[in-house]
Amino acid sequence: MTTSTDRSTYTAVCRLDQIEVEGGVTALVDGAAVAIFRTHDGNVYAMSNYDPCSRASVLARGIVGTRGDVPFVASPMHKQAFDLRTGQCLDDADVRVPTFDVRVDDGIVLVGPPQEHP
Amino acid sequence: MSPQYRKKIVVVGHGMVGHRFVQAAVERGLTETHDIVVVGEEPRPAYDRVVLTSFFEVGAEALSFLPEGEYDDPRVRLVLGTEVEGFDPETRTVLLDGGEVVQYDELVLATGAAPFVPPVPGHDLPGCFVYRTIEDLEAIREAAAGASVGAVIGGGLLGLEAANALRQLGLETHVVEMAPRLMAVQVDDAGGATLARHIESLGLSVHTNAMTSAVVEGADGRAVGLALKEAATIPAEVVVFSAGIRPRDALARAAGLDLAERGGVLVDEQGRSSDPHVWAIGECAAPGGRMYGLVAPGYAMAEVAVDAMLGGPGAFTGADMSTKLKLMGVDVASFGDAFATTPGALELVYSDAVAGVYKKLVISEDGTRLLGGVLVGDASAYGVLRPMVASGIALPDNPEDLILPAGRGAADIGLPDEAQVCSCNDVSKGDIVAAAAAGETTRAGSTCGSCKVQTKKIIEDYYASQGQEVDRSICEHFPLTRQELFDVVAVHGHRSFDQVVEAHGTGRGCDVCKPVIASILASQLNGHVLEGDRRTLQDTNDAYLANIQRNGTYSVVPRIPGGEITPDKLIVIGEVARDFGLYTKITGGQRIDLFGARMEQLPEIWRRLVDAGFESGHAYGKALRTVKSCVGSTWCRYGVQDSVQLAIDLELRYRGLRSPHKLKGGVSGCARECAEARAKDFGVIATEQGWNLYVGGNGGATPAHARLLAGDLDRETLIRYLDRYLMYYIRTADRLQRTAPWIDSLDGGLDRVREVVVDDALGLGSELEAAMARHVDTYFDEWKATIDDPEKLERFVSFVNAPDVPDPHISFRDERGQIAPEDSSGPVSLGTTIPVGAP
Ligand code: SRM
Ligand SMILES: Cc1cc2nc3c(=O)[nH]c(=O)nc-3n(C[C@H](O)[C@H](O)[C@H](O)COP(=O)(O)OP(=O)(O)OC[C@H]3O[C@@H](n4cnc5c(N)ncnc54)[C@H](O)[C@@H]3O)c2cc1C
Ligand code: SF4
Ligand code: FES
Repeated sequence: MTTSTDRSTYTAVCRLDQIEVEGGVTALVDGAAVAIFRTHDGNVYAMSNYDPCSRASVLARGIVGTRGDVPFVASPMHKQAFDLRTGQCLDDADVRVPTFDVRVDDGIVLVGPPQEHP
Repeated sequence: MSPQYRKKIVVVGHGMVGHRFVQAAVERGLTETHDIVVVGEEPRPAYDRVVLTSFFEVGAEALSFLPEGEYDDPRVRLVLGTEVEGFDPETRTVLLDGGEVVQYDELVLATGAAPFVPPVPGHDLPGCFVYRTIEDLEAIREAAAGASVGAVIGGGLLGLEAANALRQLGLETHVVEMAPRLMAVQVDDAGGATLARHIESLGLSVHTNAMTSAVVEGADGRAVGLALKEAATIPAEVVVFSAGIRPRDALARAAGLDLAERGGVLVDEQGRSSDPHVWAIGECAAPGGRMYGLVAPGYAMAEVAVDAMLGGPGAFTGADMSTKLKLMGVDVASFGDAFATTPGALELVYSDAVAGVYKKLVISEDGTRLLGGVLVGDASAYGVLRPMVASGIALPDNPEDLILPAGRGAADIGLPDEAQVCSCNDVSKGDIVAAAAAGETTRAGSTCGSCKVQTKKIIEDYYASQGQEVDRSICEHFPLTRQELFDVVAVHGHRSFDQVVEAHGTGRGCDVCKPVIASILASQLNGHVLEGDRRTLQDTNDAYLANIQRNGTYSVVPRIPGGEITPDKLIVIGEVARDFGLYTKITGGQRIDLFGARMEQLPEIWRRLVDAGFESGHAYGKALRTVKSCVGSTWCRYGVQDSVQLAIDLELRYRGLRSPHKLKGGVSGCARECAEARAKDFGVIATEQGWNLYVGGNGGATPAHARLLAGDLDRETLIRYLDRYLMYYIRTADRLQRTAPWIDSLDGGLDRVREVVVDDALGLGSELEAAMARHVDTYFDEWKATIDDPEKLERFVSFVNAPDVPDPHISFRDERGQIAPEDSSGPVSLGTTIPVGAP
């Protein structure tokens, strides 16, 4: 069956079951390292794997949780928290990580173009 | 106005209740119109019989309610050492044993009760005693001085108290109980069994289902043993009867007053007997036909009688028979409908046989109200539970939280102001708060003391509500401390984060609570830290069984127990470092660290190391790191013991042990202390006689020197103490609290640790040892278990969709002939040319 997914702008990176619940994986998308997370409520998020605070490519290895209603990942290096939905650093208003569109299609995770945030 | 005629009240008996009667009479103005004469048979004024056993430690003076020997109020006359022989209701006179006759308008009998001595042959031999007065205790002490074995007949509350006294006097002690369990009136079978285990672990012998048929007489005419029905004779040179009490109602009987069927002066709700001018209060009285063997109801009767004499409406309509006491260090409490006799009542039981804790709640059929309960081994919840029964407030949603070990229930349950907190003195929560607000105190806690904890909590809460508040919750997801979480997980047997957060938390956790729960699960389950959903709980170091470095690579530290290593193994480390191009450094912990491994290289590095006989050194975990060692007696000319062997043994024993913070040890072969053992969480220093054990040291930002816990230990004792110490720390310390601040945080500090670890005062020793034995038995190497498990290995890739492409962010420069990480300045892109097949 066909889906609305435009294969030309979306990259298939892995099966959904390769990402642990509340875990992350790193994928190579257009030559860049992208961290993809899966949350307990079934959502999947993608953001750059690069932690601007520690200047290392590590975010996929962070702990995933919630702050209030905000799903977030804590950098494994120095624990800064990033909103999975927007990439906004919750501990520093001036820091934000780029995020990407992501969809799950037939159990396959597809990463799309960078998202615009207001 | 004409001068008023002053009436006279005669009180017979100056015990706890007689004294309270006089106090109330003075406080409430009864002595404005009445003179009081108190006649007491004992040679001294009233004293605190409830804590009689402490007489041996603190002496008679400290127990006295009236150390001055008289009341301040001159209208009260105290006649001591004098027995009332009888009274005549017709002439309203009492006859004292010296022949004096005293006229009364009102006569108050407060003669208490006497221990019941079953009429078995030999019950009156020299060496046989009861346990009621200071004189009894003096006599027992004297007899114990020349004896080695004692026995108490009766395993009830008072019998166990007496047994404790015999034990304190240095006697080998037996407790003989007719019923199938101890404290049969207060606790159920399971509770009695838990209590018996505690008591036996203190070295007492408990004989239940045992009927005494005679006290055996020795050649010198003194007691030498107890003959039991259908069991062997027990040796006993000191025999204490504690088989119940009987109200002292002989005076009333002789005067022809009505008595209750089972003894006691029958009185109405105000304390009046069948003669309107004769009253009875305390243990000699039977209001409504029932006598009460506790002090709180007696106090209530005393207050009511004074009120009645003043024309007030007070009435005594029965009493709360709840009890809480500490027997030989064991908490025992029983309250409300402890035996679930209410129709439809439900029981909720928490029992930990190893910990020696048994707790039962009795709950109404619809689950909304607490009816009663039994607590053995840990009665900290009593202060909040008993008033819940009395005030009938609704149970919380998770009633089991009320009996979880950490006593968090006490923090959460809002008692209504009218809830009675101190039953001995009828003080409510509102009274305590009002007093605190006025800077005053109440009588709460001054009698049996069982409400002290709750009283303190209410006062603290009051002050907290006025200002500063301390929140010890670990994070927004759990309103619990680490210790409380540890207990909650243990009680419910949770095995995953999901279970814990669903039952006790909110949200989906965070980087603070997840590693804490991972560590607690690891301590309790001893499973692999990467098992199931536990992987995602771990900090990155634990998640990858290696230490992350500034550029996202990892370091690898194989265990080198005691710092001892063969040349062959050294060569393997060198080869691995060379083949993978790793930066190599000798650490401050006497081992070798290999830095700069890419994540995808870790399994292969471990494989090489494991094949050569290495295992994980847990440099990444909140776990045992190293047990540092000096070279010791094998080589060193000063060494007095083999410090290397001991360090290796300890490191292998405690390897993999997950703890609130990292743990380090050290062993030095003599007092020169080359291993810096006193800078470690546990340090051992050799002596000529054995080993000195030091605890609570660390380096780091706030250095602390370890302090001596015990000296000159043999190996076996040393390891036993260490097992207990480490497990006690793991169970009770806060998150990221090392042993030094943990010890400081304990009530009693190092002395407390010594009580638990060396003296085994809580009787926890064997449980802590068993927990450590479980750890030792289930240890396995995490590295090996990971490389043997394809599923766990799946994650060790640079990119999920391009496992062969190394992470371009990682690059090195050369420094002093080895690699060093190069800092990246921003995200690196490889360009868009990497082909990716469908996964
Ligand atoms: C490698 C080593 C330094 C070295 O090159 O010598 C080292 C390296 C680290 N230490 Fe250390 N410590 C090392 C010995 C020590 C020592 C000396 C000792 O053990 O005798 C101390 C002082 C003694 C003590 O712990 O009481 C020490 C006190 C600390 C502390 C402060 C702890 C404290 O209670 O204040 C930290 C921070 C922490 O754990 O929270 C720390 C944390 C760290 C961490 C884990 C920091 C981190 O999170 O990245 C470092 C990473 C280790 C790695 O990548 O392998 N390291 N560290 C040593 C490894 C020893 C080993 O073989 O396992
Ligand atoms: C070891 C021990 C532990 C206890 N622990 C607890 C506890 O934890 N909690 C609790 O609630 N209760 C406890 N009790 C019970 C408590 O002590 C009694 O309930 C309380 O003492 C009763 O007070 P009373 O004034 O009625 O009797 P008593 O305190 O016994 O006073 C009666 C007094 O009357 C005197 N007397 C009797 N006849 C005459 C006479 N004819 N002429 C003159 N004087 C006379 C007696 O010598 C005695 O001094 C304990 C008792 C003992 C012995
Ligand atoms: S501590 Fe004593 S035995 Fe050990 S190396 Fe130093 S001097 Fe020798
Ligand atoms: S309940 Fe006994 S002193 Fe308060």
